Amino acid sequence: MSEPIVSSKLYLGIWITLLCLTVITAGVSFIDLGPLNTVVALVIATFKALLVVLFFMHVKYASEKLSKMVVVAAVFWLLLLLTLSMADYLTRLWS
Amino acid sequence: MSHSPSAVEQHNPALRHHFADMEQQRQASSLGMWVFLATEVMFFGGMFCAYLIYRYWYFNEFAAGSRSLDIWLGTINTAVLICSSLTVALGVRAAQMGKRKLLVILLLLTIVFGLAFLGIKGVEWYTKFQEHHIPGSSFSADDLIREYPQIRIDPSHEQIFFSLYFAMTGLHALHMIIGVGIFTFLTYYAWKGRYTPEYHNPVEIGGLYWHFVDIIWIYLFPLLYLIDRKPLK
Amino acid sequence: MATAAITAERENYLNREYGIRSWLLTTDHKRIALLYLLSITFFFFIGGFFALLIRLELLTPAGDLVQADTYNKLFTMHGQVMVFFFLIPSIPAVLGNFLVPLMIGARDLAFPRINLLSWYLYIIAGVMMLHCILTGGADTGWTFYTPFSTAFSNTKVVEAGLAIFVAGFSSILTGLNFVVTIHRMRAPGMTWSRLPLFIWAHYATSIIQLLGTPVLAVTLLLVVLERALHLGIFDPTRGGDPLLFQHLFWFYSHPAVYIMILPAMGVVTEIVPCFSRKRIFGYKFVAMSSIAIAVFGFLVWAHHMFVAGISLYSALVFSILSYLVAVPSAIKVFNWTATMYKGSISFATPMLYALGFIGLFTMGGLTGLFLAALGIDVHVTDTYFVIAHFHYIMVGGAVMGYLGGMHFWWPKISGRMYPEFLGKLAAMIVFIGFNLTFFPQFILGYLGMPRRYWQYPPEFQVLNVLSTAGSTILAVGYLLPMVYFLWSMRYGKIAEDNPWGASGLEWTTTSPPPTFNFERTPEVTWEAYDYAHIPAPEEASVEP
Repeated sequence: MSEPIVSSKLYLGIWITLLCLTVITAGVSFIDLGPLNTVVALVIATFKALLVVLFFMHVKYASEKLSKMVVVAAVFWLLLLLTLSMADYLTRLWS
Repeated sequence: MSHSPSAVEQHNPALRHHFADMEQQRQASSLGMWVFLATEVMFFGGMFCAYLIYRYWYFNEFAAGSRSLDIWLGTINTAVLICSSLTVALGVRAAQMGKRKLLVILLLLTIVFGLAFLGIKGVEWYTKFQEHHIPGSSFSADDLIREYPQIRIDPSHEQIFFSLYFAMTGLHALHMIIGVGIFTFLTYYAWKGRYTPEYHNPVEIGGLYWHFVDIIWIYLFPLLYLIDRKPLK
Repeated sequence: MATAAITAERENYLNREYGIRSWLLTTDHKRIALLYLLSITFFFFIGGFFALLIRLELLTPAGDLVQADTYNKLFTMHGQVMVFFFLIPSIPAVLGNFLVPLMIGARDLAFPRINLLSWYLYIIAGVMMLHCILTGGADTGWTFYTPFSTAFSNTKVVEAGLAIFVAGFSSILTGLNFVVTIHRMRAPGMTWSRLPLFIWAHYATSIIQLLGTPVLAVTLLLVVLERALHLGIFDPTRGGDPLLFQHLFWFYSHPAVYIMILPAMGVVTEIVPCFSRKRIFGYKFVAMSSIAIAVFGFLVWAHHMFVAGISLYSALVFSILSYLVAVPSAIKVFNWTATMYKGSISFATPMLYALGFIGLFTMGGLTGLFLAALGIDVHVTDTYFVIAHFHYIMVGGAVMGYLGGMHFWWPKISGRMYPEFLGKLAAMIVFIGFNLTFFPQFILGYLGMPRRYWQYPPEFQVLNVLSTAGSTILAVGYLLPMVYFLWSMRYGKIAEDNPWGASGLEWTTTSPPPTFNFERTPEVTWEAYDYAHIPAPEEASVEP
């Protein structure tokens, strides 16, 4: 086995953080921040996802860079799909 | 890459003979799960793309539909999944340390959390059924039109929101069910003592899958439930 | 150096076990490759049969062979079967499965049982597709455009969609297996820069399979749901956008064409150095161009939608990107040519197919640039110009690459040589038949003949007749190898370990290989394509 054993304290800390962030994101949605509401929600969600990926899924401790590259590639390809598709919709009314 | 295996390793019954040693096997199966999760990102990604485009076009209807979802149940379900990710992570840790009983308990807890999530989801869907929000011939947005006179709602656009809601949460729930199935097998084999500090890769990669399904929900929750909850004037 | 008698008796993956169970429950990548070979050949017949019916109808301007609705089903099923049940699996599932472990010095793929599962998923999908065809088939075109497919077509759209959905998972699992195998199972000394370029090509192909196919899967799922539950996601009368379907569909289906061509390029990259007795020119460029094609291929999909209603600005962007994607392919053509320059060329059957590939792929690829130009595309889109373009690449390119690869590795796969004279003859027949079938279609398209029409103005008849004549010649060319490959399994000359004097680890083991591929795990200390140190075979497959 080549993966280090993470302390249960750290896991509990991540868990508490995730729960807090959940409450925060739900609460913030009731405050009017205009367009920032969406941004804040997505930023919090991404931060939560990062915590899960890095700590629960051990990516932070992985000896091989390959799993990190796979994660990055997957996110990159998803963003490709989303941005290039949206580019059509956002520019349809320009001409 | 491969070192000469120890005598114990060479006879490890879990070693499949096209692999040189246990380490290669472990690395291969981990990489396999990560690559599979990348395909899952794209699988859900197609629906996220549809969601993104229609939210851009029909923000009003998406906002109204989002308000009709139960934020308490949604938040609780998010917390349930976060707890299940904790038990999964602690379970992998127990396997790494060879603590069989603890591993079994944590795997069982994970299943319980998963079933709880599905149960709550079922309640939510039943509510939608009662409110005539399930897309199809019985769909009606009249209640939303009445409840939110400040929001301009086109019923067919509203139906698109709910189509995506059910498609996305449905696909997610399907993955949860599969996850519960996988963890049932893992629990059984863990109870049988199959997993040791030297070999517990199925628990690790099962865990990766479970965390992934959790991450999908981490995004679904704000995107579906928290679109627009500002107090209406 | 084994004599014929010893080779025939030695235990190999074919004679190790007999019986249907040993085949249907095998996890040996070589046997699975043969299972795929049989299955995809079967579907090639089905798809080819529909093609012949199409060409038969188009012999005359009037719609007199079949009804219009039937014609719609013919071209739909031809496309669906050929794309999803022949071309996409072909080289990766047959040659890739067989050769990837051998070429990297491994005993099998990383996940042999998942490999078998891939085949079973393909078979299940195939049975679903066959049932769909036999009960009427779909008429939406292989592209399933909405809202026709979701709201108006009265045919088996759901079945066809589900069949392709299942086939997609077969493809995804194959890609997964290859990526993990290539990363984790290379023999000691087999560094990335010593890998045969066939492996690089399959690695790039696998990336596309992994990241693109899931989007097709979820899109087909949405179409099925919409059709079954009357949802409206793609229905313009209910606020849906038909273009959303096209965006999601082409996000996969454009990279899919690179799934179809990259492996063939990998095959050509193995054949050309061998029959030029020279190492490949520009190894790094060829390797990187494969990855570049895989990545850039995801950036161009909306060039299928130039006239569909996308914004002018996104059309401009996609047009420019489509020009860029041609560059790595062109780099490969330069490298193959430079490899041959001052090489010692011999014209065995595999080389004939490889040369045919280079010429025909170049034509197909260049006509793609015509289509990438917005102005020209408005004129020729949805005409026979497009059909000719993609058949030049997929048939003149991919299928020729597949046939070249089958001939090149046939000795390794079967332990027998195919008859060389017939091989050359069939290659020539294929080349002539192909060009006669598809070159007139460029002209037809440019003159304005639309695709998917079952009637046409009489002035187009001569070219259509030429095309149909070509298709019958092409059919003969395809039938010949099927016959003589089968014949060779019983009567063919027994093959040596390395009849072509080729480089690559697969040639260092017996023909056919033993079940676990190598007596001892190879340790690689030499660079790829080391033709300076490999003697040419004496016979060089001269005799018939």
